[in-house]
Amino acid sequence: MEPVSTIQGRAIPYGAKNVDTDVIIPAHWLKTISREGLGKGAFETVRAQPGNVFDDSAYAGAPILIAGDNFGCGSSREHAAWALLDLGIAAVIAPSFSDIFSGNAFKNGILTVELPQEQVDRLLEVAQSDPVTIDLDTQTVTTPFQDRFAFEVDPFRKHCLIGGLDEVALTLERDAAISDYESRHAQQMPWLARGTTEKVA
Amino acid sequence: MASRPQTHPSIRPRTLYEKIWDAHVVETREDGTSILFIDRHLVHEVTSPQAFEALRLAGRTVRRPDLTLAVPDHNLPTTARVDGDGKRIPIADPQSAAQLAALEANAPAFGIEYISATAAAQGIVHVVGPEQGFSLPGSTIVCGDSHTAAHGGIGALAFGIGTSEVEHVLATQTLQLKRAKTMEVRVDGELGPGVTSKDLILHIIGVIGTAGGTGHVIEYRGDVFERMSVESRLTVCNMSIEAGARAGLIGPDETVFAYLKGRPYAPSGNDWDRAVDYWRGLKSDTGAEFDTSVRIDAADIEPTVTWGTSPEDTAPIGGAVPDPESFADPSKQTAARKSLEYMGLQPGQQLTDVAVQAVFIGSCTNSRIEDLRAAADVLRGKHISANIEWGIVVPGSGLVKRQAEEEGLDRIFIDAGLEWREPGCSACLGMNPDKVLPGKRCASTSNRNFVGRQGPGARTHLMSPAMAAAAALTGKLTDVRDLV
Repeated sequence: MEPVSTIQGRAIPYGAKNVDTDVIIPAHWLKTISREGLGKGAFETVRAQPGNVFDDSAYAGAPILIAGDNFGCGSSREHAAWALLDLGIAAVIAPSFSDIFSGNAFKNGILTVELPQEQVDRLLEVAQSDPVTIDLDTQTVTTPFQDRFAFEVDPFRKHCLIGGLDEVALTLERDAAISDYESRHAQQMPWLARGTTEKVA
Repeated sequence: MASRPQTHPSIRPRTLYEKIWDAHVVETREDGTSILFIDRHLVHEVTSPQAFEALRLAGRTVRRPDLTLAVPDHNLPTTARVDGDGKRIPIADPQSAAQLAALEANAPAFGIEYISATAAAQGIVHVVGPEQGFSLPGSTIVCGDSHTAAHGGIGALAFGIGTSEVEHVLATQTLQLKRAKTMEVRVDGELGPGVTSKDLILHIIGVIGTAGGTGHVIEYRGDVFERMSVESRLTVCNMSIEAGARAGLIGPDETVFAYLKGRPYAPSGNDWDRAVDYWRGLKSDTGAEFDTSVRIDAADIEPTVTWGTSPEDTAPIGGAVPDPESFADPSKQTAARKSLEYMGLQPGQQLTDVAVQAVFIGSCTNSRIEDLRAAADVLRGKHISANIEWGIVVPGSGLVKRQAEEEGLDRIFIDAGLEWREPGCSACLGMNPDKVLPGKRCASTSNRNFVGRQGPGARTHLMSPAMAAAAALTGKLTDVRDLV
């Protein structure tokens, strides 16, 4: 994972609420066995409409997406995060995110920034003409107009994003603790350890 | 030895979720993130190929293949899988075929048990897990699918994960997580005639809203759930994610134990007795506090359908399509206007006047034997309306299919004019060839009515199996109580 620090550039003022992952990437794009190339299918139904914000040349290459409440609800498909990455999106700003989507985004180095609706509304306005800057280190979103919005980020996620750390590698460092737990757990709940249960039976 | 979870006097009363969580914490860091041990991992063909590929690239192995079970479901066609000579029929779509081939190769390569596309045990992961006794009360269960919440119906902490998390679980048998908030959804009283677990959960989602459960694990409590069959509990918990909650669960009881006993992967002998002794203690303690509480009177619930493009857009079948202006929230007004435009509906239109052209009975929400029986009861000896252009019944597993055929349900569906298919996710998500055509309206027992979910331009109305069968008979949304 690439380290994340400052994300600056145009922000796509999408603004829609309850954007589900079927909208971000419809199911027929999920037949792939690769993580690549999903940008072509991103927001397919939205982009079928003329004058949509995603195909507006003003936002070509924009690294930030601004959306409404509950972004990424529905299916757990990580293809939604891969599709955004392939579009060049490095951060999404919204009043709230679904739990699974925000986890998937984080694991792909996409920053999810939660801000109150009024601040999101202000950024939607700014994004019409000007860039937005997100600084992960100071946890702020700024604009060329002296807007300065602070956001919360889970300290562990921040640490991983800034360091570009691989979560699997971090957990594998705790191998001994996991092994200890496994033997304890197997004694306390032997019926869960399938291998041994079947032999006993 | 195994002991029941005790309510120690010095420990504050805990919810069921907290008990299962506490029993699975490997360790917790200062920032509050825990490494949580995972007891059961279900793997399917769509969200796993990239995870296996990542393991391969990093030279990693699967830590506990014995706790992992793979079965294809999402992308399989539901037409015949073997020809007259018992030979496998290849999948026509090369991408779908490649995805299935990847799982068929990855499972043995990583030492994971695999239920093949043509095995009797094959089915939708969330039907297979409980049916095989692979999903057990008090266990932690994950799968790269958001409807993993279903397994909460047998009293497990079960939730959907993304592909990076699939990789994480394969490699470490754990996840890094923070403890969720808890929500109690309490439903007391008695569901009226013709009102099912599906009507109940649709009603609950309508009350909570599609984001109401975000950050929470829901525990469904009250005598309504205590009286429910395991199948109905799975239906309720399945749609927790539609209320934003990653997991939903119901305290396991004798109904669950009787359901699981003797199933292929369930413990047996002494292990079974010890397990049941432990499971009997898996209840929220008296005085346990929930972060959020919702109370619903069962008597208030009617057969329920959705009218819009979010699962929270629910209404009783006797009601009308709402006027977008009737919502207080301006953004909800905008969303409702867009929904009605997509759905081709007018404000104030009676729901029972809405014509449907397609019927889908299936999905991890409603494809178990009880669901098929409920639909067949409505259809028995009758024929679907001439308005229905496409109607399929897709059993949740090969074993459900066999059971239904033994009971003659397949004949009832076929004689009524519906197609009887092979098991899989099918038209729930519009990934395999089973799609609703653009502009067509479908009475569907699935779980999501999102824009384009059942196919580009498809219009979905969610409902119970009995209500979908009723719509099939009349060619429009129908109160099943008017037919019996």
